[in-house]
Amino acid sequence: MSIELKKVSKRFVDNVVLDGVDFFVAEGETVALLGPSGVGKSVLLKHIIGLIKPDSGEVWVDGQLVPMLGRKALAELRSRIGYVFQNGALFDSMDVFENIRLGITDEQLYADKDYCIQRVKECLRLVNLNEDVGRKYPSELSGGMRKRVGISRAIAGKPVYLLYDEPTSGLDPVNADVIDSLVERLQQEIGVTSVVVTHDVRGAFRVADRIALLAQAKIRAVGTAEEIIASKDPVVQQFLERDLEMAVIQANEVPTGERPIGGR
Amino acid sequence: MRAFTAALDLRRYVGRWSLRSASHAGRFFFMLLDLVRGILEWRVWVPRTLQQTVSVGYGSAFIVLLVAGFAGAVTSLQAGYQFTGQLPLYVAGGIISESMILELGPVLTGLILAGRIGARYAAELGSMRVTEQIDALESLGRSPVTHLLLPRILAGVIAIPALVMLANAFGIVVGFITAKSSLGLTYADFEFGARYFFRPLDLWYSLVKSYAFAGAVTIIPCYIGFNTQQGAEGVGRSTTQAVVASSVTVLMLDTILTKLILGTAK
Repeated sequence: MSIELKKVSKRFVDNVVLDGVDFFVAEGETVALLGPSGVGKSVLLKHIIGLIKPDSGEVWVDGQLVPMLGRKALAELRSRIGYVFQNGALFDSMDVFENIRLGITDEQLYADKDYCIQRVKECLRLVNLNEDVGRKYPSELSGGMRKRVGISRAIAGKPVYLLYDEPTSGLDPVNADVIDSLVERLQQEIGVTSVVVTHDVRGAFRVADRIALLAQAKIRAVGTAEEIIASKDPVVQQFLERDLEMAVIQANEVPTGERPIGGR
Repeated sequence: MRAFTAALDLRRYVGRWSLRSASHAGRFFFMLLDLVRGILEWRVWVPRTLQQTVSVGYGSAFIVLLVAGFAGAVTSLQAGYQFTGQLPLYVAGGIISESMILELGPVLTGLILAGRIGARYAAELGSMRVTEQIDALESLGRSPVTHLLLPRILAGVIAIPALVMLANAFGIVVGFITAKSSLGLTYADFEFGARYFFRPLDLWYSLVKSYAFAGAVTIIPCYIGFNTQQGAEGVGRSTTQAVVASSVTVLMLDTILTKLILGTAK
């Protein structure tokens, strides 16, 4: 039940995005993948779910070599992975209920309307959204609500893995806090193996067991928050410099386990 | 030195063009393969196909009939202009019905739908691609081919031949009404002329063309929309490309099928 990338390289035309990247997430662990915008964090995440194939290297998920999986096996694997897209990627022709229902990947359960209604309500409750939101269309939702519906859809199929692509980007600090709390709470309630891609140092320190820093197409540092802070690597230090002070202060001020959902 | 650089640039251009063409051919082939495979997942595509068929068929009927009506009327007027006083009047009946069935009905419907359906499919799928909705569908273990492409293509293949037949019939009716009012052509003469020149093969030919055009105005825009890149600008580019490519393909298929089916028929 682990995720492992071994010597993964990927380039788009002349741009080398990943250059021999090694990355490991153990079962039940939450790893935050930090890095500046445009460095290739989302590309790495998409390798895990097989949306992008590596030029070289291996991507192992659940003991399976992802790029070598056939159509059916890949669909089967994906049904055990929840993927939260950066901008929600909600289907704009469907209402929120249908969007979340589509996340129920078991075909028999998907066909059972009563189960779907219950499950959608449950998922909306998990992300602190009212049942009425189910009748709305994505265009009627705010940015924060869209992100939460995206998370709802990702967890509707009861995944074993959750991959978050910039869950707090583009949100104001209050809403970012709400989403971070949500990620933490989901981790505690459903105990999945998670990868959180973010450039928000504070959020990463708060939700993750370990942190990896992707810079210059390589993983420059991996470790706990304390280990990352103590890193002597100038690239790591340069990246952390701006946000680190605030992150440490906030982490000390409010113990993460006690922070209520919704950030209030 | 300048000649050498120019030669090198030309080689690079040809090389890149060849690579891009090969890549498109490969992706197009695999999309067709996925479409065939997707047929087995009928529970997914049947309800969506019905939805799309209603949207494509019912939604396009007005514009198709409008164009067919004008085509029938113009054919009738031109027949009157060219043949009055030189050929028996019943010939106009044959010209109107044969023009509609053999050429104007299928081709004009194909071209109109290349704009209407082709643009819609490419824009819908293109915007779904750039907003990661297609990736989201894949991430849920669901096939975008069976959820999005197959229903759209099958809807076209069901609705477009029906629309072409409707266009043929409506164009002939409007053509007759125009001929009656402008040339004084009686129904008996019109029917005699239409029957005199009609062969069952004509209707088959019209039907075969309509299926071919249905394929062109659905599969090509779906492929282009599905492979859209680079945001809103990419969606715009895909939409334009889809309309141009499917319109040109309709005209190419028209020529090829005419040669294949009518060129050898005696």
